[in-house]
Amino acid sequence: MSDIDIRKVVQEELNNIAPEVDMASVDPAADLREALDIDSMDFLNFITAIHHQLNVDIPEIDYPKLITLDGAVAYIVAHLGSSKS
Amino acid sequence: MVDFLMPSLGADMEAGTLVEWLVKPGDRVKRGDVVAVVETQKGAIEIETFQSGQIEKFLVELNSKVPVGTPLAQIRTEGEAKPAAVAPAPPPAPPVAPQRAAPAAPPVTPPAVTPVRAPLPPPVAPTAVAGARASPAARKLAGECGIDLSKVTGSGPGGAITYADVEQHLGAVVAPPEKKRAPGLDLDAMRTAIAAAMARSKREIPHYYLEHQVDVTACEHWLAQKNATLSPDTRLLFGALPIKAVALAARRYPAFNGFYRDNTFEPAQAVHVGVAIAIRGGGLTAPALLDADQLSLDDLMSRMRDLIQRTRAGRIRSSEMSDPTITVSSLGERGVEALYGIIYPPQVAIVGIGKAVTRPWVIDGAIGPRSVITMTLSGDHRVTDGHAGALFLAEIGKLLQEPEKL
Repeated sequence: MSDIDIRKVVQEELNNIAPEVDMASVDPAADLREALDIDSMDFLNFITAIHHQLNVDIPEIDYPKLITLDGAVAYIVAHLGSSKS
Repeated sequence: MVDFLMPSLGADMEAGTLVEWLVKPGDRVKRGDVVAVVETQKGAIEIETFQSGQIEKFLVELNSKVPVGTPLAQIRTEGEAKPAAVAPAPPPAPPVAPQRAAPAAPPVTPPAVTPVRAPLPPPVAPTAVAGARASPAARKLAGECGIDLSKVTGSGPGGAITYADVEQHLGAVVAPPEKKRAPGLDLDAMRTAIAAAMARSKREIPHYYLEHQVDVTACEHWLAQKNATLSPDTRLLFGALPIKAVALAARRYPAFNGFYRDNTFEPAQAVHVGVAIAIRGGGLTAPALLDADQLSLDDLMSRMRDLIQRTRAGRIRSSEMSDPTITVSSLGERGVEALYGIIYPPQVAIVGIGKAVTRPWVIDGAIGPRSVITMTLSGDHRVTDGHAGALFLAEIGKLLQEPEKL
């Protein structure tokens, strides 16, 4: 799966949470909690969706690494297929 | 035979619009089943029945706006015999609000509520109910765009009109961005409902306010350890812990858990914690986590996750809207250190949870960094005093020192 495909999945999942946001206009380095006005429940749902869709293990301690669009894509690329479940 | 009534889904609700039946005459229902969808100022609410039995007939037409307490259907309870006599089915009751009644029109009581036991008419087929069958989303889109649903061809189950059918009728290929919001949510109406409830609260309830700082370092450590072993779909959020602690404390201090009505406080038997949930775009609602004191933290978290998801999608159940016995509101994630809530009438207390901040804290005579939240209580002075409020807050703080026991 290419970086572009992963970015697309990440954007789709974020759009499921914040449907009114045009993801193309979101600064890829911006804090998603502020850019998308998402809370910890939204973020947990995002992490859960990525875990299921891309088979990536994301321990809680790593959440800060996924707090921007670029950060999330880079993390997932580096950990693709890491899930044991 | 019992009547299934338009329920009251909050102190500020006077009427609701019946938009969908999820059962048909002849269907068996049991207590707690969702049987209808009603649109209110707070969005589309799934209405549950409190009676078990068989749906005998519908009493109001779809799309009718009727006052709280109006019988919507009749349910034949367990053990009641089917009537031997067969009479023609009466027409469904007329809608109340959509059309203006003639000046001399009688009151809007549906005709079938007579207490006299008479031979019962046979069940009315679903098709006898006037008005096109349509999903709430379809109905809302049609309403917004001024589409007559009777002119739309339905492609859903039983010919029901779906959102896509209305879109197709409109000739719209893609909905504009502002239409992407959850179908059952009308934020303007929700704002009106919030205004009414909060204005009433500030007018009628003499609030007192207390704040209490609580060291939650133990909670954070415990949570980190627990979540490290769990997959994301079963992880806990910090917010679940204070909710459980409030529920347990409310059981011990029942004067904060219940309703003030007609100059009297009625303590509630169960603890249903209302969870304040922000809606994208500016709304707020506080549906109940039922029996929160009885739930394990894992169950509470899973229920909270489901509740928030359904609330934001505009699918709340009637029991969740009408039942909160106390409310918890949290704004910590937005950086707020302390929030002083306004009590949602007829409740008598709301607990506010602020952001966890690292502070210098004295433990056993030494200063060290600890994670501390500011917890607040807004109490109804007609029911409790600050002294009781202080005990209640202290109890919540104490419970949070041993998260593993929550």
